[in-house]
Amino acid sequence: MSELTTATAAELSQRLRAKEVSSVEVTEAHLERIGQVDGAVHAFLHVNSEEALATARDVDERRARGEELHPLAGVPIAVKDVIVTKGQPTTAASKMLEGWVPPYDATIVERLRAAGLPILGKTNLDEFAMGSSTEHSAYGPTRNPWDLERIPGGSGGGSAAAVAAFEAPLAIGTDTGGSIRQPAAVTGSVGIKPTYGGVSRYGLIALASSLDQAGPVSRTVLDSALLHELIGGHDPRDSTSLPDPVGGLVAATESLDLRGVRLGVVRELGGEGYQPGVQASFTAALDLLREAGAEVVEVSCPSFAYALAAYYLILPAEASSNLAKFDGMRYGLRVEPSEGPLTAERVMAATRGAGFGDEVKRRIILGTHALSAGYFDAYYGSAQQVRTLIQRDFAAAFEQADVLVSPTTPTTAFRFGEKLDDPMAMYLNDVATIPANLAGVPGISVPSGLSDDGLPVGFQALAPAQEDARLYRVGAVLERLLDERRGHRLLADAPSLPTTVSQEAAR
Amino acid sequence: MSTINAAEVARVAALARIDLTAEEVERLAGELGVIADAVAQVSAAVGPDVPATSHPIPLTNVMRDDVVEEPLPVAAALSGAPQSEDGQFLVPQILGEDA
Repeated sequence: MSELTTATAAELSQRLRAKEVSSVEVTEAHLERIGQVDGAVHAFLHVNSEEALATARDVDERRARGEELHPLAGVPIAVKDVIVTKGQPTTAASKMLEGWVPPYDATIVERLRAAGLPILGKTNLDEFAMGSSTEHSAYGPTRNPWDLERIPGGSGGGSAAAVAAFEAPLAIGTDTGGSIRQPAAVTGSVGIKPTYGGVSRYGLIALASSLDQAGPVSRTVLDSALLHELIGGHDPRDSTSLPDPVGGLVAATESLDLRGVRLGVVRELGGEGYQPGVQASFTAALDLLREAGAEVVEVSCPSFAYALAAYYLILPAEASSNLAKFDGMRYGLRVEPSEGPLTAERVMAATRGAGFGDEVKRRIILGTHALSAGYFDAYYGSAQQVRTLIQRDFAAAFEQADVLVSPTTPTTAFRFGEKLDDPMAMYLNDVATIPANLAGVPGISVPSGLSDDGLPVGFQALAPAQEDARLYRVGAVLERLLDERRGHRLLADAPSLPTTVSQEAAR
Repeated sequence: MSTINAAEVARVAALARIDLTAEEVERLAGELGVIADAVAQVSAAVGPDVPATSHPIPLTNVMRDDVVEEPLPVAAALSGAPQSEDGQFLVPQILGEDA
């Protein structure tokens, strides 16, 4: 494996600026790595070699001319395929959008392009970001680089696997109930769900608009901070975008200790249902953070018990409305009924019946039911009230602690098929990540090491709204202490992947 | 919400404009029953005095200045259409025969 693919984004940035290496070389190294391992991992739905190399060449030329460039200029990135990219296919991992090429860019993508990051391609996900394993992708699952028989998490399993398999130093994810943090946890990578509104949603194919949030995916905390500062900040095209600038995140990663920081262990996000190996890794991480000067207290958030249930009312309700636009009329798939009159309504139903996968149908039906006459108040209305209770629990907990902590997920990566036939078991994966989405607060998952089964465990930290910098401080300190103790980065312990000679390399 | 039987799934599928096979209706009814039972606890958790939160972070809507901007070109807007004609989306019949 080329050392250009094991380098972090921060290291690549430095070497690019020092002109020790060109963006074309860095981008080619990653494309080659994708060619070698993506047959086994399947992190990408679409690889974008030509355009990525064109961007890289352009950045190299501008740098040679002495132009002032963004620090990440020339550092390649992968983008989750639920974010629209002009001129490049965007499918949301659904047959509904097979081959669709959007006529516009998401704001995030515009910012990546303006800063000169070559976009390597689009990463796999559960269809329309509904799932926790990528098993619901219409194009086949992504495999966990730590064990190819196991799930890489979801919905953003492709983005997490891409960085964990050294196919990209950076990726963009989206997190509606844990889709950035849970994949980060089970692949030994880093993922941040920013404060709701902190990163523009314009150009994200919406799942649940009041919960969706895009954010960075990377191998180190610093790399996520660099990317977060690039993609964050106000966007007039997103009505829920926060007006305040995003900053101080990279600076927060420079903190060497946690003196004066109170960490609140959430009683409800641990114990029963959490694997002993996960719990042990979490406890060991807490001990390290205590040594770094943090004060550890226990907090209680009793309403979190209802978070999962409220989420599985709010999400399907909003999704059923958001996905109504896939009607076979203006873009995407159109399927005509095999018999009977060709009316628009019948074409819509035939299109949606053929184009949506099982999980999408399940959630649209549940959401439509919850919103239909006679049920709305009892279900959607009550779920929104639970949201208030959860916000109150967070507010009370943040009186006692600066940052709340828990394991990111109850278990390490499970095997394919293990939870596919049991939607409730699948949904329970997100039990620790969902409260942050319901309250709009930011969260990070940082690897805390390996469980007794040899698989990565994620350590979650949650901060009050717009205090994302606290997450970077805690995450960076934990990462540094663990790396020092281990003597190397966690992902160096991942088994080597089977490689196939890429067509490009063979020529 | 444990009233999600096959008839309810079929009713809702029609509202959601999704053709389901008979087998899909049966399977969804079984799966949704379990999920519905689990979420039913939500309504029991809250009293009438708890206000609803529709949005995590309160914001006040603002309007931009009313200035002319370059819209998406027609050809770009139609670029993904299953069918188009004369700069318009071509769709199946939207009204009944006798309308």
